[in-house]
Amino acid sequence: MSKILTAEYSKKKKEQEQIVGKIFSYIVLSLVTVTMVAPFLWMITTSLKEPGEVFEAFKEEWWRDWIPMNFVWENYVKAWKVVPFARFYFNSIFVSIITTFGQVATSAMAAYAFSRLRFPGREKIFMSYLATMMIPGAVTMIPVFILLRMLGWIDSYKALILPGIFTAYGTFMLRQFFLTMPKDLEDAAMIDGCSYFGIFWRIILPLSKPALATLTTFTFMGTWMNFMWPLIVVNSQELFTLPVGLAYFQSLHTTDWTLLMAGSIMMLLPILIVFIFAQRFFVEGIKLTGIKG
Amino acid sequence: MLNLSEMKSTTKEAISAYLFLMPNFVGFLAFTSIPVVVSLLLGFVKWDLLSSPQWVGFDNFIALFHDTYFWKYCWNTIFLMFGIPLGMVGSLIVALAMNQKIKGIVFFRTTFFLPTICSGVAIFVLWRLIYNPDFGFFNVMIAKFGDIIGIPLKGPNWLTDENWAKPALIIMGLWQGIGGQNMILYLAALQGIPRDLYEAAAIDGANSWQKFWAVTWPHLSPTTFFIAVMSIIGGFQSGFDAAYVMTGGGPNGSTTTIMYYIFNNAFRWFNMGYAAAISWILFAVILVFTLFFWRFGGKTVHY
Repeated sequence: MSKILTAEYSKKKKEQEQIVGKIFSYIVLSLVTVTMVAPFLWMITTSLKEPGEVFEAFKEEWWRDWIPMNFVWENYVKAWKVVPFARFYFNSIFVSIITTFGQVATSAMAAYAFSRLRFPGREKIFMSYLATMMIPGAVTMIPVFILLRMLGWIDSYKALILPGIFTAYGTFMLRQFFLTMPKDLEDAAMIDGCSYFGIFWRIILPLSKPALATLTTFTFMGTWMNFMWPLIVVNSQELFTLPVGLAYFQSLHTTDWTLLMAGSIMMLLPILIVFIFAQRFFVEGIKLTGIKG
Repeated sequence: MLNLSEMKSTTKEAISAYLFLMPNFVGFLAFTSIPVVVSLLLGFVKWDLLSSPQWVGFDNFIALFHDTYFWKYCWNTIFLMFGIPLGMVGSLIVALAMNQKIKGIVFFRTTFFLPTICSGVAIFVLWRLIYNPDFGFFNVMIAKFGDIIGIPLKGPNWLTDENWAKPALIIMGLWQGIGGQNMILYLAALQGIPRDLYEAAAIDGANSWQKFWAVTWPHLSPTTFFIAVMSIIGGFQSGFDAAYVMTGGGPNGSTTTIMYYIFNNAFRWFNMGYAAAISWILFAVILVFTLFFWRFGGKTVHY
């Protein structure tokens, strides 16, 4: 009798504990959600206000500040025209797509060689790749700049794109993934007379779609957001990418908050869309890099 | 002893391998491995890109040692890293809350990830508005709070006050980082802890607090270690983008980090040799730190 009672008591206690835990979690998560989202909402509201309204903010009832008096959609049109935004957009898309494609393609090929083929010097070359992964970007940045300058490539798409394509990281990540794939299929294909390229193209690549998607997402987002490198190698406005363009916009119109916010939103929209569609690969990719260490 | 056809096939395999490797390897040589060697040489050279380079031996490193700005910027970089432990605690709390079998995980994860995903110039411009001393969110809230408690309060000039610029950047960094990848790593680690350990602890009469310290925390130690090491390695190299857009490294150099100093030396003042020397010091610091922690970490990670 008493045993049953204690069991029931402990079960009840456990349930209570769980409910308390859940309530506590919802409170924490809601608070964090508000903190995370509020600045973005403020960005949207500000982008739709009259310029003067920005300085008046928070003087009236609190909720009024979060809704513009008149929705000034014109801010977006103005921001688009004040600086050559369309051009910045084109540059960012062009540079990001080519860099991503180049990096995924060359990394996948190198990773295939490192993981599947035997050749003299394989371990040594791979070790040299690994060793450079620890070196900060600051170390290579200066000589690469000098190299591009000697070639006369400063202030060109080549300077924006080429150094971003060849990374040890992409090769390393894909190699680790390729190593986990079973070898049987390849052996069967070999017997059927399939070439190495055929194996790479018809077996390895189709089987490693998740890893390729992760690398694609990471590279695209990284290139899209990259600020320092374009700032270093590009001088003329026609070649600015969005981040550099927005910084330039800010330097011209330091306090035109409505326009600055409209421009910022236009810069963020594409990346948000990519994120919503590729979120799964993003989360998987983070877990992958975490497990590695 | 290999027979002829086997030899032929290994040669064929090696040739194919080199062809596969070549595009990446050529780029790797041109943009990574050769530049590393050149960079080391540059550290011993004085060069403004206009005149021809001059070999100066260890002068750059000696000058660096006596450069008070360099030490100041080192301190700034380390100060900004105080945000790392705070951010890790925040990420862990959020991950613990997310691990309670609640509804809407995907919604929460997406919103928490927004600041990480959107990081970059647009966010820095937004936070310049938030930190505006007169009509920015923080100072208006501080003033309103003052009204409520009846004491006139005035918030600081966040980004233009030498004492407040670094804390301002840290607060922004916390907002950006708490729900990001560290939280996802913690959540993945939490989901990997075996359930029966908690049940065993419950039978022993452990309360939630005791369960956390006896079961959860030890199981998270590899993740905590990984996040800490990666964040600190990143921390040494960070600080350029935000400072460039929000403060220009000021006021009075209070937000200039080592990375910013390298940028200024190389691409604003064209002291190529000096900049390369700083970058090697940075590398050396990161290397020593990492080696130290991998050895030390082997002993602390256990469960």
